[in-house]
Amino acid sequence: MGKRILIWIILALFIYISLPFISDFIPSHELSYVSQKYVTDGPKEVGAQNLVTAIIVTYRGLDTLGEVVVLFIATAGIGFLLSRSRGKKKKRRESSIILQTGTKILFPLIIMFGIYVFINGHLTPGGGFQGGVVIASGILILLLALPDNPLHEFLLSFTESISGFAYVLIGALGLVVAAGFLDNKILPLGKFGQLFSAGAIPIIYSLIGLKVGAELVNILKHLKND
Amino acid sequence: MEFVLIVIISIIIILAAIFAILTKNLVSAIISAGVVSLLASIIYLMLSAPDVAMTEAAIGSGLTTVVFLYALNKIRKSGEDG
Repeated sequence: MGKRILIWIILALFIYISLPFISDFIPSHELSYVSQKYVTDGPKEVGAQNLVTAIIVTYRGLDTLGEVVVLFIATAGIGFLLSRSRGKKKKRRESSIILQTGTKILFPLIIMFGIYVFINGHLTPGGGFQGGVVIASGILILLLALPDNPLHEFLLSFTESISGFAYVLIGALGLVVAAGFLDNKILPLGKFGQLFSAGAIPIIYSLIGLKVGAELVNILKHLKND
Repeated sequence: MEFVLIVIISIIIILAAIFAILTKNLVSAIISAGVVSLLASIIYLMLSAPDVAMTEAAIGSGLTTVVFLYALNKIRKSGEDG
């Protein structure tokens, strides 16, 4: 009983603490100083149509590198924990004909959509992380439909390590050729709004997409294999 | 109109979250947590944040749900063994 009263007291305290966020809330009608700077100078400096991508890949590129590293460590941890195989391999049940036929049609479309999302990251909403997750869900449908079909393990780890290495390499190239680490002006900015524009952003985001996709597929594979 | 829709979706989100905590059936809890993410992504889209909406829909309601279901499957299997 005392535990329950304690929970209610903590909840009431939490509501009391977060009350000022509602009562003192004033909707702002103009951009703050920092956002004003990004909105006016971003298209000129970075050349990306999607400002979110410009901030994620160029202005805050180091944070994105950190996020990718965090994801890599999570994948490595899951692989380390779940890699002990159980020895005996049970024969799996065949998946239904509906799932198999649907996979044949949907799998290429989902993969193509994922690639579209991360290649057009600097033009339309989306980018490397979203595209990578879409690719991973496409491969998930393949794993569900063909339970006995193991993925090409070497290709997976090769994609992951090469794209991560190339990402850091392009970032380091920015130190030598352009203004700083992960600067996108190592390539010409090009015409605003075209596919081949915004310097190195499409390349960097494609590499991030491949890396995230490979890592998430690794997680799914480890969870599936027992 | 948009405000009313956002409020309705928020109420459904809160109800789904409470259901996910209180239900005894783990599969329903996982599905309900996925519903929370899906509805949250709709709210992000209405508040004109399509990048966040895509991430939430793909990771929150797609991949996380599947990872949870796989994990639940694994826990059940190890429970049968031991």
